[in-house]
Amino acid sequence: MEIFLQQILNGLVLGSVYALVALGYTMVYGIIGLINFAHGEVVMVGAMITISMLTMFSAMGIQLPGVVVLLMAMMISVPACMILAYFMEKVAYRPLRKAQKLAPLITAIGISIILQNLAMMIWGRGFKSFPSVIDVEPIDFMGATVTNLQIAIMIVAVLMMLGLWFLVERTKLGKAMRATAVNQEVAGLMGISINHIISMTFVIGAGLGAIAGVMRAANYGQADAYMGAILGLKAFSAAVLGGIGNIFGAMAGGILLGVIESLAAGYIGDLTGGFLGSHYQDIFAFIVLILVLVFRPSGLLGERVAERA
Amino acid sequence: MSNILEVKDLKVSYGAIQAIKGITFHIKQGEMVALIGANGAGKTTTLKTLAGMLKPVGGEIVYMGKPLSSIKNYDLVREGLALVPEGRGIFGRLTVTENLEMGAYSRTDSKANIQADIDRMFEIFPRLKERAFQLAGTMSGGEQQMLAISRALMSKPKLLLLDEPSMGLAPIIVQKIFETIREVAKDGVTLLLVEQNAKLALQTCQRAYVMDGGKITLEGDAKELLHDEAVQKAYLGE
Repeated sequence: MEIFLQQILNGLVLGSVYALVALGYTMVYGIIGLINFAHGEVVMVGAMITISMLTMFSAMGIQLPGVVVLLMAMMISVPACMILAYFMEKVAYRPLRKAQKLAPLITAIGISIILQNLAMMIWGRGFKSFPSVIDVEPIDFMGATVTNLQIAIMIVAVLMMLGLWFLVERTKLGKAMRATAVNQEVAGLMGISINHIISMTFVIGAGLGAIAGVMRAANYGQADAYMGAILGLKAFSAAVLGGIGNIFGAMAGGILLGVIESLAAGYIGDLTGGFLGSHYQDIFAFIVLILVLVFRPSGLLGERVAERA
Repeated sequence: MSNILEVKDLKVSYGAIQAIKGITFHIKQGEMVALIGANGAGKTTTLKTLAGMLKPVGGEIVYMGKPLSSIKNYDLVREGLALVPEGRGIFGRLTVTENLEMGAYSRTDSKANIQADIDRMFEIFPRLKERAFQLAGTMSGGEQQMLAISRALMSKPKLLLLDEPSMGLAPIIVQKIFETIREVAKDGVTLLLVEQNAKLALQTCQRAYVMDGGKITLEGDAKELLHDEAVQKAYLGE
């Protein structure tokens, strides 16, 4: 029972990160029908810049509480990722907006490779450890262990999701985003600048992704140039699981995928008699992806995917 | 009265196919003008071009003394030019109220003013008020058309382009919608109405242009056209 609870908790932490990254995929898809495969790299860049900033701050001898230092680092890394996403859309996707769907998909993969290699040139090929600015303290929760950092990750993720919900449902920008997702031509007739809305979608998605990247790196204590690829693919699976294009689907899909993966990792050894170890946990995201695509291609909360894709 | 819109020798193409083959017409401030013609005559193409959705290959459009091409697409509505598109084009996954808010997207006046206008639309179409928080996509065709017109009015247009407002609607709904259109015109909004239902259009408007094969073949006073033999034969089925 303790293992079960422990894995659920781990899954929620993992899932929070997936959900935030998945939102970036799903928002962009919802508006321009593009799978932005470079989104995972934006997440990685967010983590890497944060690590660089933290290292720099400690070299400068800044003596402030860990949380403040981390926030300072993120005030640089998160906007940096937003700017990166803004230019990515402008350079790689906007010129191809009227091209057939395959063309921007290929530039997305191209951008992803470029960013990965740039990251390797800047930060090297190996792992960068996340400076321990925050004292991680384990907290006992009904026999399971959860750290203060993990609790913070879950709280921040929930706050970000509530914030996004408010933005999309209640603000003028959010309503314009939804209107643009329904019908770009008519949204233009309302005086909505489609280019502006699409830019904002990329920028918001990148902001959430960068925060998720920091969470992931802080939780694992390290990051590397490849982390965006696998994290991106899993978050993409989560977005498909929830119903791509649907914001609440991405949130639900992310959390669910994290829990599924975590539970599977906890029990796979027992289930296969030790044949497969917990390091096989990565396959579950993709098993889930395949099952969803076979049995419910529109995802849990999705609608009309077939019509759009 | 001055012309709010002047179109000179307008040509529009879809790739190699020329849909509008050089048309010239004008609309005076405060007028109601009908554009009638058979399917494929180029009526919708004309409206889409006026609303900036299509780029002409030739000719000139002058809106309120300015070349239309000098105004950015998304600024047109700010300049008072609104289109109620064919097939209504409501935002199905937004609520009725949100659709109306989107109509006011370009407005910079206060929220209270916008809310007052939303209430005014609800007064004109009480049916929309009942459905204020319902997703627009779940409404009937007639209700969607009411919403599409209300949404366009929310932008406080000076020139309202209407593309087939009667299409696919029950006569009683059409009546209500045309009643509203006349009211709108009385308030000083200039109207360009594209209609399949030529009789209704000619009865509603003051002047009309008849299009055929991408050209304007007839023009004149609406009442006269209504009794014109050629028009009656071709479009009124009499």
